[in-house]
Amino acid sequence: MASMRTAGTLPRPGLWRRLLGILRYRGHEGQWSWMLHRAAGLGIILFLYLHIFDIWLIGLGEETFNDFLFLYSHPVFKMFETFLIFGVLFHAVNGARIILVDLVPGMTRHQRKLVYIETAVMLIVLVPTIWVTLESLFR
Amino acid sequence: MSIYRTPRAERVRAQGNFELYAWFFMRVSGLVLLFIAVFHLLYMHLYARVETIDYAWVVQRWSHPGWRLYDWLLLTFALSHGTNGVRTVIDDYVPRGLANVVCKWTAFGLALFFFVMGTQVILTTKVPAAALALLRLVV
Repeated sequence: MASMRTAGTLPRPGLWRRLLGILRYRGHEGQWSWMLHRAAGLGIILFLYLHIFDIWLIGLGEETFNDFLFLYSHPVFKMFETFLIFGVLFHAVNGARIILVDLVPGMTRHQRKLVYIETAVMLIVLVPTIWVTLESLFR
Repeated sequence: MSIYRTPRAERVRAQGNFELYAWFFMRVSGLVLLFIAVFHLLYMHLYARVETIDYAWVVQRWSHPGWRLYDWLLLTFALSHGTNGVRTVIDDYVPRGLANVVCKWTAFGLALFFFVMGTQVILTTKVPAAALALLRLVV
């Protein structure tokens, strides 16, 4: 870390160049699942803060809590809810893959196959849950 | 007696086994969350549906102490797993130094703050008299 900062002769590339670099790197399934795992994890903990706060409102009484719930039936939040469901399910199945690869010797050889299996498992659970979530918008 | 200095990365790593325990903790808590967080998500979004949840629903659910324990375990595991994930992300992107320390202690402070909030509401929410009477009949 220290050496990286003292090197300083090469200017740090801008955001756009770095994004292009990520696309050009083509890290395949491993890189994309790593990035998505991280993004989903950060999104989940942000929602977790909000969720603990809304449940905490229970202590302030029935009216306060029920008044706050309008947020979750709002169409914009319904969209966030689908992201949340995707995020949790992806983080869960991808985490299971990471545990499997870490603890079972030889699983690294099936690394890529596992990503496809994980995606299939996720979709089977994801589709009905998203369906039920969005259905409430049209009732 | 050595006359050369080891690379900094090696010296930083040699501070006990903390990172090993953190790695192990992420696998264990991840496995627990794979069951309790995914069940919570599917129960609330697919089975119960978010629109039906209100004050009365939550308090009724909490009339059984088992659900309070379940929710408290979910709170504890999700916050600790998530905060350790945030710690990893901070170490990846924020160079060691004051900014790194400030970011990390902000994350730890948030975790403590929300842990206290969540624990408080789970422990102090009063059970409605009717539900308590019903519980006394059963137990």
